[in-house]
Amino acid sequence: MGRKITIDPVTRVEGHGKVTIHLDENNKVTQARLHIVEFRGFEKFIQGRPYWEAIVLVQRLCGICPVSHHLCAAKAMDRVIGVPSYELTETADLMRRLMHYGQFFQSHVLHFFHLSSPDLLFGVNDDPVHRNIIGVIQDYPEIATKAVMMRKFGQEIIQATAGKKIHGTGAIPGGINKHLSEKEKNHFLTDSKTYNADIMVEWAQEAVELFKDYHRKNKDWIDGFACFDSNYLSLVRKDGALDLYDGGLRAIDSDGNKIFDHVSDQEYHKYITENVRSWSYMKFPYLNVLGAEKGWYRVGPLARLNTCDFIPSPLAQKEFEIYRAYTKGKPHGHSMHMHWARLIEVLHAAEVIRDILHEPNLYAGELLKTGTRTGEGVGIIEAPRGTLFHHYRVNEQDLVTECNLIVSTTSNNEAMNLAVRQVAESAISGQAQIQEGMLNQVEVAIRAYDPCLSCATHALGQMPLRIDVYNHKEQLVDQVVSG
Amino acid sequence: MEQGTIKITIDDKEIWAKDGQSVVEAARENHIFIPTLCDYKSLKPAGTCRLCTVKIGGRFVSACTTTVSNGMKVENESSEIKDIRKSLIEMLFVEGNHMCPSCEKSGNCDLQALAYRYQMTAPRFPFSFTNRRLDASLPHLILEHNRCIQCLRCVRGVRAKDGRDLFGFVDRGAKIHITVDKTVEEAFSEKTAAAAMAICPVGALIQKGGAYQTPIGDRKYDLHPIGSEIESNIEQSGGSHDTKS
Repeated sequence: MGRKITIDPVTRVEGHGKVTIHLDENNKVTQARLHIVEFRGFEKFIQGRPYWEAIVLVQRLCGICPVSHHLCAAKAMDRVIGVPSYELTETADLMRRLMHYGQFFQSHVLHFFHLSSPDLLFGVNDDPVHRNIIGVIQDYPEIATKAVMMRKFGQEIIQATAGKKIHGTGAIPGGINKHLSEKEKNHFLTDSKTYNADIMVEWAQEAVELFKDYHRKNKDWIDGFACFDSNYLSLVRKDGALDLYDGGLRAIDSDGNKIFDHVSDQEYHKYITENVRSWSYMKFPYLNVLGAEKGWYRVGPLARLNTCDFIPSPLAQKEFEIYRAYTKGKPHGHSMHMHWARLIEVLHAAEVIRDILHEPNLYAGELLKTGTRTGEGVGIIEAPRGTLFHHYRVNEQDLVTECNLIVSTTSNNEAMNLAVRQVAESAISGQAQIQEGMLNQVEVAIRAYDPCLSCATHALGQMPLRIDVYNHKEQLVDQVVSG
Repeated sequence: MEQGTIKITIDDKEIWAKDGQSVVEAARENHIFIPTLCDYKSLKPAGTCRLCTVKIGGRFVSACTTTVSNGMKVENESSEIKDIRKSLIEMLFVEGNHMCPSCEKSGNCDLQALAYRYQMTAPRFPFSFTNRRLDASLPHLILEHNRCIQCLRCVRGVRAKDGRDLFGFVDRGAKIHITVDKTVEEAFSEKTAAAAMAICPVGALIQKGGAYQTPIGDRKYDLHPIGSEIESNIEQSGGSHDTKS
């Protein structure tokens, strides 16, 4: 008798999703899918609104990475008013970058420490009552305290640049609406000896070491869990450096060969198409040159550290060299190395934040530029979860007529589904009894991608994990509730 | 007592008022805040929003259209009056489509500021979800009908050079909405757009471009909650006339 297992919702991710695993009469996995079950419709209801409002409204897609949407929309609207982002004033560029790297810092810290570290610190089979952030606070108070303070630091950087920790208004078409004040500068650099930009760099280094130490002790699991080849996509700077705010698109294959390089953001639609499948609200983007079947790709920390040539900050670069040497220069296909790459990016973000805070143009200079109005604009940015696309058309009355959003998690859709299938086959297939820990492994695979399902369907909330077991007649025969 | 001045009491405070003044004006001069939305500087009171509702002689009246009289006793800050005002604010919110999070006027909006002052969390009335349109056909001005509270400030306060009306109302009842006379040249000017946005207490009239240029923290009501400027002058002007103290 065949069975169907449903994990609904997937926990410790942002947004709602569910997993279904179909088993045959011998308990072998026949199909495993990640379903995104929400629909939000931002692309539709932004239509008919003034273009400047999109920058403030569309960030409401998310409470974790609103800055990414805010800045991505701003970059698109920079184009609409005729000022490409790379032509903004130095002050505007610095302020936006500071906001963005503050966002990266807090979002990555949130994901690693608050959401994923319980799986690593306690093991995937630990009691779910203990395997959570509260368990981390009880058993590892020093790590938990630093995690909270690091996230706070990132949030305060966002507040100083955007006006609020969540859903601010800092970026406007053609620039930014404020400078950083001397008071804010002192708060981040010198007011405290135990909470400042230098301390954040130190703590970020400790975080990288924490993962590396765990990796040394758990090599087989970290390297073997949901490891597969794919294509990779990200922005890179003109010189090939990691750049999270601006650059050209670079895609590589699983051997590291370039598929395309330095593609202008305005041309993205010539290189990427979105595919639709009936069982998910989340689309499946692919690289046109390889087609829908072979053209799927991964984005995010793993992809970025596979595509870039170097990291333009010394401590992160040193870690990048160790990271790259581990696979002898070949792209990392290991889903769990996503955490390693993410923590190197945390270190990079900390270094960038510290350095930008010393830039005089952050505290003075022109905020805005104007240009010749156009009717269309594309913004692309590296959000914490990967490459984010915002594309708008605006009519002569200044109203948005079309909007297309390709959100980072969307690009990882195929990869997450593959990871779910692989883990289901290795952990669940052939097992007569399904344990909670086995199902958690499926979630660990998804969690590695730090998916934001709310963003990807353009929702939010948290519910306990429910697993429904159905027979081949779709009759509920078993139910497990946890979380 | 100077000639032309009279004594009235607002809540427990005796104040001097000028003969002919409205209750709102007299209160303001004595650093007592009575909330208003349709009342604006020197414009003749219209009494459309009813936010200034007070109780005088056991009756509810609008303070902007009621003239002071000697010995008048005004109930302004009682829990009953506060709840009436709060419900009026709630009705304005549910009657339109007010999306404060992305509104250009957020932080500078009188309606939003009053909602904070009267601690509105969720309205007690059901949303009407009225389907209203946004008119962006003018070169410098957007008429965002979703946010209009029909206060008449623009109709009364923004006029052409020759005194002709620029703004007016069309339709009646639930369908009433503002319109601009496009046969008047000034309707197309940037100056008119700026004046209209400045006089509008909400985000119904928006000048194109320039949105969100004032950072959060520096907006009008970020710095001073609504009414605080009137109330905070008490100490600067040398104390109150509180008869209870």
